[in-house]
Amino acid sequence: MIEPIFLLEAAVNGILLSGVLALLALGLNLIFGVVDIVWIAYVDLVMVCMYLVYFLVMVYGWPLWLAGLGSLALGALLGLGVHLLIITPILGSAPVNQLLATGGLLFFLQSFATFLWTTDHKTVRLALPILEVGGMFLSFVRLIAFVISLLAMLGLWVFLRRTYIGTAIRAVSQDREAMALMGANPQYVYLVTSAIGGAMAGLAGALLVIQYSVHPFFGAAFGPLTFMICVLGGLGNMVGAFVAAVVMSEIISIGGVVISTEMGYVIAFVVFIVMMFVRPGGLLVRRG
Amino acid sequence: MRAGRLAGAVLLALLVLGPFLPMGGMRQYVLHVLIQILVWSFIGGAWSLMGRFGLVSLGHGAFLGLGAYTVTLLWNAYGLTPWLGGVVAAALTIVVALVVAYPCSRFQVVGHYFALVTLAVGEVVRLLIIAERNWTGGSLGLSLRASPSDSLLAMQFADKRVFYYASLVLWLAGLWIWYRVDRSMAREAMEAIGEDETAAASVGIHVTRFKMGITMLSAGLTAIGGVAYAQYITYVNPDTLAGIGVSLRIVFAVVLGGMYSLLGPTVGTALTIALGEYLRVVFGLRLIGMAETIYGLLLIVFIIFLPAGIYGSLRDAVTRLARPARLAGGLS
Repeated sequence: MIEPIFLLEAAVNGILLSGVLALLALGLNLIFGVVDIVWIAYVDLVMVCMYLVYFLVMVYGWPLWLAGLGSLALGALLGLGVHLLIITPILGSAPVNQLLATGGLLFFLQSFATFLWTTDHKTVRLALPILEVGGMFLSFVRLIAFVISLLAMLGLWVFLRRTYIGTAIRAVSQDREAMALMGANPQYVYLVTSAIGGAMAGLAGALLVIQYSVHPFFGAAFGPLTFMICVLGGLGNMVGAFVAAVVMSEIISIGGVVISTEMGYVIAFVVFIVMMFVRPGGLLVRRG
Repeated sequence: MRAGRLAGAVLLALLVLGPFLPMGGMRQYVLHVLIQILVWSFIGGAWSLMGRFGLVSLGHGAFLGLGAYTVTLLWNAYGLTPWLGGVVAAALTIVVALVVAYPCSRFQVVGHYFALVTLAVGEVVRLLIIAERNWTGGSLGLSLRASPSDSLLAMQFADKRVFYYASLVLWLAGLWIWYRVDRSMAREAMEAIGEDETAAASVGIHVTRFKMGITMLSAGLTAIGGVAYAQYITYVNPDTLAGIGVSLRIVFAVVLGGMYSLLGPTVGTALTIALGEYLRVVFGLRLIGMAETIYGLLLIVFIIFLPAGIYGSLRDAVTRLARPARLAGGLS
């Protein structure tokens, strides 16, 4: 029998993990909602940003916060690049082609990273303490990552609610055709959305590289989970994304301690499949 | 059409005679590549049975893995011949496919959502294989227990030519099934469903029944493809036979070739495998990852510039060239 304190520790770690996952799911959600294309390679962009932070901090000795900003910028650039070079030419293509074009990007990034940086796991080591709270050991790094994720989500919320372009983004995600009829330029909205989605990938990369080691297959490990949280949260629903992230990371975290890491993921994925049947619009949306 | 039929006959004759053509020391290697192309084309064809009707599955790795692992485990543990094991594997895979596909159809999970649900199914199978490492070998994979000598019962042969002809027959059978579906009433019904489910239902098409039927066929054939692959390679691994990687590879090959034509999946598979092999030979052990990098890059370029697939685009180009000529001939 597992001691309750371990379960509690796993639960708290699950919540801490959910912050970054929610951030990722939101970035993907934004793009999916606005451009209506699933970027299969989204978490591979995160992987590239993680490498950037690793090299800036460990090789060039940049302070972490500055490297994080660099990662944010790189993410935004990558987002723009993906949209201009890959998505724009195929906007009118069949959905399967759109899916596969970003799938090709997945293969490309994965193998190019293998080529440039080999399959070695690379870790950013931080001399930050492990907190002991009531017999539980919690990583201070994870706490920071969680708080920054929440702040970033709050920032995104304010941006989408309080700025003109934010309103345009929300409008496009609600009705793509009507937006063009109203005289808005969809390509501009798409570009801003892709840049923001990319920037969130960059920020998430900076927050992830201080918790996990980075390797070329990081995207393959976290990608499917991110898509599922994104869909479970419901399109354009920030609270939903957060709730979905908490549910999934709790299942993985507690399942990992009680049974095994793989079974934790299996249960989470099965929950996702079942929820797609029961609540296709997202966890917080009732069936219409 | 006459010329096309002639070309097909010549190609088939070449394929049948293939193993006996003089190839010097390259024979084993060429046969190996051809077997891979035939088996994966068969699997690609099975995928396209669903894909062409808008049921874009990213989880066919699940069916492949179920097929391959079932037959391997049954043979290793109980010595059950792969002939029976293959039937069990296909039946089991069909059941799993139905368990997923029925609610998908009932609750109208379509488009991106269908792709993501099937992706999850593929990952679940991969992770289950890894988690049950005590009897599946986990991520290290599992080798097929070798039979002491060549044996039809064990479906194990030292001579690659046997596998070559077996996969040729399998591939032809796959083409025949594809052709039959293409010429059937089910195709009309499925196309209507792919266009608009509600409209299809309103003219009396039983949406769920047709979807179940095509899913069962596609999943069962994919499982058989997995069995064939496992018997040939005699080694199964969760990362090469289940999960998102292999699922994407299948879809890539098919879309690259063109999923609306009989030979599309074969052309796409032949091209991706030949390209992969070529890049592997060129780069060898130097520049690890470079071959796959170019592969990924080419995939993106192909999908952007040849949206109808290579075979489809070629055929369109040929008909476009041929049509004005025929018109001119008719007028004179």
